[in-house]
Amino acid sequence: MRTLRFLLQKEFRQIFRDPSILRMIFIMPVIQLVLLPLAADYEIKNIRLAIIDHDHSTYSREMSRKITASGYFILNGFGERYSDAMELIEDDKVDLIMEIPAHFERDLVREDKAALLLSVNAINGVRANLGSAYLNTILRDYNKEVREKWIQLPRVNEIPQISIITNNWYNPHMNYKIFMVPGILVVLLTMVGSFMTALNIVKEKEIGTIEQINVTPIKKYEFILGKLIPFWILGMIVLTLGLIIARVAYGIIPLGNVGLIYLFAGCFLLAVLGLGLLVSTYSQTQQQAMLIAFFLLMIFILMSGLYTSIDSMPPWAQIVTYFNPVRYFIEVMRMIVMKGSTLVNILPQLITILFFAVVLNSWAVINYRKRS
Amino acid sequence: MNQFIAFVKKEWYHILRDPRTLFILFGMPIVQIVIFGFALTNEVKNSKFAVLDNAKDEASLIITERIAASNYFDLSANLHSQKEIESIFKEGLVKVVIIFPPKFRETLFRTNAASIQIVTDASDPNTATTLSNYASAILLDYQKEINKGRETPFTINVESGMLYNPQLKGAFNFVPGVMAMVLMLVCTLMTSIAIVREKELGTMEILLVSPLRPILVILAKTVPYLFLSMINIASILLLSYFVLDLPIQGSLLLLVALSILFIITTLSLGLLISSITSSQQTAMLISLMGMFLPTIMLSGFLFPIENMPIPMQVISNLVPAKWYFYIVKALMIKGLGITAIWKETLILTGMTLFLLTLSIRKFNIRLS
Amino acid sequence: MKEEIVIAVKNLSKKFGDFTAVDTISFEVYRGEIFGFLGANGAGKTTAMRMLCGLSKPTSGEAMVASFDVQRQSEEIKKNIGYMSQKFSLYEDLTVAENIRFYGGIYGLSDLKLKEKTAFLLKHLHLETEKDKLVRALPLGWKQKLSFSIAIIHDPAIVFLDEPTGGVDPVTRREFWEMIYQASASGTTVFVTTHYMDEAEYCNRVSIMVDGKIEAIDTPANLKKEFGTTSMEEVFLLLARKATRSAD
Repeated sequence: MRTLRFLLQKEFRQIFRDPSILRMIFIMPVIQLVLLPLAADYEIKNIRLAIIDHDHSTYSREMSRKITASGYFILNGFGERYSDAMELIEDDKVDLIMEIPAHFERDLVREDKAALLLSVNAINGVRANLGSAYLNTILRDYNKEVREKWIQLPRVNEIPQISIITNNWYNPHMNYKIFMVPGILVVLLTMVGSFMTALNIVKEKEIGTIEQINVTPIKKYEFILGKLIPFWILGMIVLTLGLIIARVAYGIIPLGNVGLIYLFAGCFLLAVLGLGLLVSTYSQTQQQAMLIAFFLLMIFILMSGLYTSIDSMPPWAQIVTYFNPVRYFIEVMRMIVMKGSTLVNILPQLITILFFAVVLNSWAVINYRKRS
Repeated sequence: MNQFIAFVKKEWYHILRDPRTLFILFGMPIVQIVIFGFALTNEVKNSKFAVLDNAKDEASLIITERIAASNYFDLSANLHSQKEIESIFKEGLVKVVIIFPPKFRETLFRTNAASIQIVTDASDPNTATTLSNYASAILLDYQKEINKGRETPFTINVESGMLYNPQLKGAFNFVPGVMAMVLMLVCTLMTSIAIVREKELGTMEILLVSPLRPILVILAKTVPYLFLSMINIASILLLSYFVLDLPIQGSLLLLVALSILFIITTLSLGLLISSITSSQQTAMLISLMGMFLPTIMLSGFLFPIENMPIPMQVISNLVPAKWYFYIVKALMIKGLGITAIWKETLILTGMTLFLLTLSIRKFNIRLS
Repeated sequence: MKEEIVIAVKNLSKKFGDFTAVDTISFEVYRGEIFGFLGANGAGKTTAMRMLCGLSKPTSGEAMVASFDVQRQSEEIKKNIGYMSQKFSLYEDLTVAENIRFYGGIYGLSDLKLKEKTAFLLKHLHLETEKDKLVRALPLGWKQKLSFSIAIIHDPAIVFLDEPTGGVDPVTRREFWEMIYQASASGTTVFVTTHYMDEAEYCNRVSIMVDGKIEAIDTPANLKKEFGTTSMEEVFLLLARKATRSAD
């Protein structure tokens, strides 16, 4: 125990004297949490539209006006020729082309139906999907308007019609930031926890101070605890900082119990620190440690459900995510912040994370040899 | 010249003798391609949903079955009360709940009007919107079916064509981004660390007293990474073509040439970083925070630039990866030629020259 | 007078794959003596010493250090020895006083003893005014002396020194050896490796390793007589000529 006290003293002194660590702890959260959500805005808006109107009728103009008035679209091109519009797509100036054929109005009134052509730049599938969905909704509305003008819709429907009522829970304003910020906070904690621990230990290896430690009677577990505890505390500080920034910059106030977030974060940090420890036992140089940690983290972060939904992954990928501690925390973080989930709701994830913590740390302890 | 080659050889040995690093340097793009190509997708499918069926009649059962049978949805639970909705959302088990009112079918056919409620967990707004769109489409299909032929007058039919990526494959957007990311990592990060490492260990001085001009010593360090990156690009392209079925529409030669340009850009960045720091940790910090993170954020590969606030959009123009990303998309996916990308190429070249001159000058000052 | 044996090595070997770094060496070291472990670079000195310190597991053979078995009781050994590595191993980003207190605490010195020892060391090394200076600010010679003092802060029975005077000026080297003499006089056994042959003259006994084997072990005087030379350097050159291994 006494040895541990000395170890911790030394670690904390070293941490506070290292400017780059302090920079990482304080600057990184700020940058990541402030800038990243601004960039990571997947909300579908500002869809750039080009309209080719071969009809020039009242209806076609009304329709175009209605579309641009909706706020989702920016009219970046309005013209006569399809080839002009295609150039705009090639130049990445336009996402969507709507072509109104000649005789549009006439066909609608006389033949009872008319056609419209949409060409969607589908390189970004999400934008394409949602963009055309929004456009379709507006067109349907417009269609209804037209219909009502021409035929007196009976108070009672002529044919069965299902009306659909949509209710959006937990995020009524459909704000993408509330969804992303908790996730980014998790990524931040993961990086701080694993990167810093791994680099710190490997640095001692590179310099040679680890040999001096190995030749003393310090026990393995004392040394490892001496490394885990300071970085665990640092991680919790980063978490606090992150939560404050989330509140101040984005007005995100967790619906659920903040203490629960800390509880889960504490366990998660244990797991992630264990990972950093493990990486350090497999690396000889800082360069290696950083590369290995980066490689692992990249996989973990990509497959965590942060950007893309886990449900949509093929079965083999979904199985892989079960081994990814980050996945669980992102789930839990979003659940607590946005839905107010309680301890009971997140118990399965909590147990899994504790399991990870135990496995990773034990593996690291076993791997760490005072004697080579 | 021979001296230069001797130095390059030495650098090669350094790299080759570190199998772990090598493995990751080559493995990373491959793993990324696999993940991005097969695991990640923005498509929404197999989303778990629940049904609160207060009617349990022919119509509600058919509709439920239709939804469950579609690719987009997986029936996960049958609820019995309104209260259960909250707990099933809180446990994160489903994303959508469909609610049928009692006597649904009867109401629908008697009064020609009935409603269905779609409740979404809008934590993820985009998924919620997409899912309710899909569900609505299925409901409307059912409606059309029971109306069999009786069309509503004055109908506008919309035909959509998806350009460049008819199957809405996520890979089209990701692969060019992976290329940029990998090059950034290998060239900027690894190069800067490799050079600074020699500084830290003190072996730099030994090199500098060699007969070769100091700046050539430094440049010799970057050459192996140039080759490594070319190998990486080649493997990415091969994988994309054969495994992901991602066609290379435009000129391969042009693509390779411009990739080499970008490689030089990132190498210059690495050089610049290593000329201003003397500790590996700092080099890594600057590379990651100052270069890599902005590349991911602002290049347009993960996050749409159009959505960003204006100041960020402006800053994104300073990120070389943004231009490279644009060029790759244009060449690989849109199949365009040099005429379409000459502007961007020029910008990239300009950036490269600027960075190179700056770092060489800084180095010459430092070393003399 | 029976001298107590503090280190007994019997057929100790260390192999790395096919390469035999240390080849069945056997020797004994007595309490209080200054034992010089000589050899060229790559001869296997550091490897052998690391085995004795419990930093490296022997491939075969036996060794007893401070009456503990190297194979099975390496952690016990560590409580009774001090070590100063070739690569300077104090914490550069901690102060002089902090380093002293840290290592003293690790070796189990009580708070009272720590205080005493810290004051004593600082006075002894004339570092009182530098005690709050970061170690990285000290000149090399001071660092080496500080390192040595800290290595014996817990009054161990044996202290292992791996090339302790590398890169240091002759005056500082002399001062360093003064410290070694003092330690030896107070009963601490000093096991020192070096490739400076003149330092061999300062030792009670030396052994010379060539290509992983011990080719000679005796007092410097006896060795010079045996090989008919006037300096240890010449003795070494004669033996080293046989060497087939060069520097690592």
